[in-house]
Amino acid sequence: MKKSLLATALLATTLFVSPAFADGELKIYNFFEYMPQPLLDKFTSETGVKVTMDTYESNEALLASLKAGKLGQYDVAMPGDYMVKIMADQGLLDSFKPEELSNFANIEAEWADVPFDPGRTHSIPYQWGSTAFSVNRDVYKGDIGSLAIIFDPPEELKGRINVLDSQGEVLALGSMYLGIPQCTTDRAQLKALNDMLLKAKPSWASFGSDTAKDVLVSGDAAAGMIYNGFSSKARAEGANIEYAYPKEGAVVWMDNVVLLKDAPNRENALKFMNFLLVPENAAALTNYAAYTAGVKGVEPFLDDAIKNSPENNPPASMKFDFVEACDQETQKLYDAIWLNLKK
Amino acid sequence: MAAAPHASGSLATGWRSLAVPLMLPTWLVIGTFLLVPVVLMGVYSVLTKDFRGGVVWEFSLAAYDQFFVTRGLFGDEPPQIEWTYIAIFWRSIWQAALATLLCLLIGFPTAWFIATRSPRHRALWVFLITVPYWVNLLIRTVSLRFLLRDQGPLNEGLLAIGVIDAPLRIINTDVAVQLGLFYSYLPFMVLPIYAAVERYNFALSEAARDLYAGPWTTLREIVLPVVKPGIVAGCILVFVPSLGAFLAPDLLGGAKTYMIGSLIDEQFRGSMGNWPFGGAVAMILMSLVLLVLLWQARAAGRGRR
Repeated sequence: MKKSLLATALLATTLFVSPAFADGELKIYNFFEYMPQPLLDKFTSETGVKVTMDTYESNEALLASLKAGKLGQYDVAMPGDYMVKIMADQGLLDSFKPEELSNFANIEAEWADVPFDPGRTHSIPYQWGSTAFSVNRDVYKGDIGSLAIIFDPPEELKGRINVLDSQGEVLALGSMYLGIPQCTTDRAQLKALNDMLLKAKPSWASFGSDTAKDVLVSGDAAAGMIYNGFSSKARAEGANIEYAYPKEGAVVWMDNVVLLKDAPNRENALKFMNFLLVPENAAALTNYAAYTAGVKGVEPFLDDAIKNSPENNPPASMKFDFVEACDQETQKLYDAIWLNLKK
Repeated sequence: MAAAPHASGSLATGWRSLAVPLMLPTWLVIGTFLLVPVVLMGVYSVLTKDFRGGVVWEFSLAAYDQFFVTRGLFGDEPPQIEWTYIAIFWRSIWQAALATLLCLLIGFPTAWFIATRSPRHRALWVFLITVPYWVNLLIRTVSLRFLLRDQGPLNEGLLAIGVIDAPLRIINTDVAVQLGLFYSYLPFMVLPIYAAVERYNFALSEAARDLYAGPWTTLREIVLPVVKPGIVAGCILVFVPSLGAFLAPDLLGGAKTYMIGSLIDEQFRGSMGNWPFGGAVAMILMSLVLLVLLWQARAAGRGRR
């Protein structure tokens, strides 16, 4: 009650004092280094909506800060696939009808109905990509077509590997390497995963997600788990690295724009989502982030370097899986394995 | 004539009656920004964990149970003492103690050097000590990372002048973490010792020499007892923040093993999402620090008597 009074008062003040805000505001909560400023400026010039953006460094950090009281301050956020499901299950998302977005039909068919958001009632695609690893070809010239490069590395790479500081991706890739399902409750399989990781750890130099690109460019690491777009950026910055497509499989993920519950500017949030579904805008985003859009008709607007990058063109035979969100009891076991790895 | 003492008495009473309103801002700030968060943390540590962050408002000692007791990976073995977290604490304490010792070994001579310069130069030296600390700790730690890396200036320089044949592997090791802690907190050691040494009356050293005390005896019997409060203060100022540090272990140590700070951080921002446990670890850490401070206060009290 008090809060809404205050909000009304603030809104009244802004409306009264500054005509520039007449078309309202939009508050975005996004990953770090994931949105080109010119695209936001374009949105503002088209709609008159003033945009402010805060950033977070992981899906988990997004969830934590929303649960710690930031819900109601932002209109949209960009969670990954499994986090969309978690946020929806926890009641942190508002829903919309396809009719509310005139460009809804621009979503590519394969992303129009997804398991983490059936029928797309909370989210639209933002960018999608894969997580595998890259190897410095000056240091190691052998075959890199297996996750063994990370989990049972050759002599040249031992002690020079960076691993993402992200439980979901590390444990999913580890499970693929062993050929066991994610979110298993089979004791022998969990024990095997635990033991394999503990055996691999002495070969690793560091854990780091936001530093994953930097350590490959600087040469601190000769191989490292990495997202495909990050790897192509590292290559563009001069590192002689190759992004691997391991035979055991790799992680695929999709970041999405979600409509948050209690969004202070729901209308503007929908305008923004609609804006991001325009092929030209989705392409501008893709040219910056170096991943892939989930929107039809972006190809004419894409830079050749992005369109043809080896990181964005996996072999047809490549097997990809999403990181699964386990239930509470199962998650406890994976938390324990992660703790064992990092203790 | 009798009015004067009365007046001064009323003045004192006047000030005394003002004491409460004058202290109010201090109490408010301490209460709001120190006590409330600590109490909040204590309360959260005895609540039930909600799945993936947050709490359920039901009393539970599960967080403390998790800290001290293990029932195996699958939770069905007979309860045993959980060594995982104790080991993390031990590692952090050991790192912090080593950093404190290093700071003391370098900081004491530095403070001594500064305190024995002429007063004008002293100010300059103290100023020089503090200059690097105008830059944010995060930036300084990242810079240290650049300096120490395999292809960084340190290794390239040593290679160029032929001291080493292969780059020293410093980054992502405990040595790098130690360097980071040492570098972060050195002035906290230098400044209190400097303040103590500055007050030291060097006539005492001369008197000791006149009485045939050697340099060692003078240091042990005369100097150290006088500057001890400064040393103790410096040690506490270095040890306590080192204990909870997580920038240096994460950025310089490669985040391979949890320290107390990163363990707590993970509970709130990482995938574990276990707020009560994060609160419990913080409470246990705070209790340890309080014990150290109490011990120091008692030791200081004894020293005075």
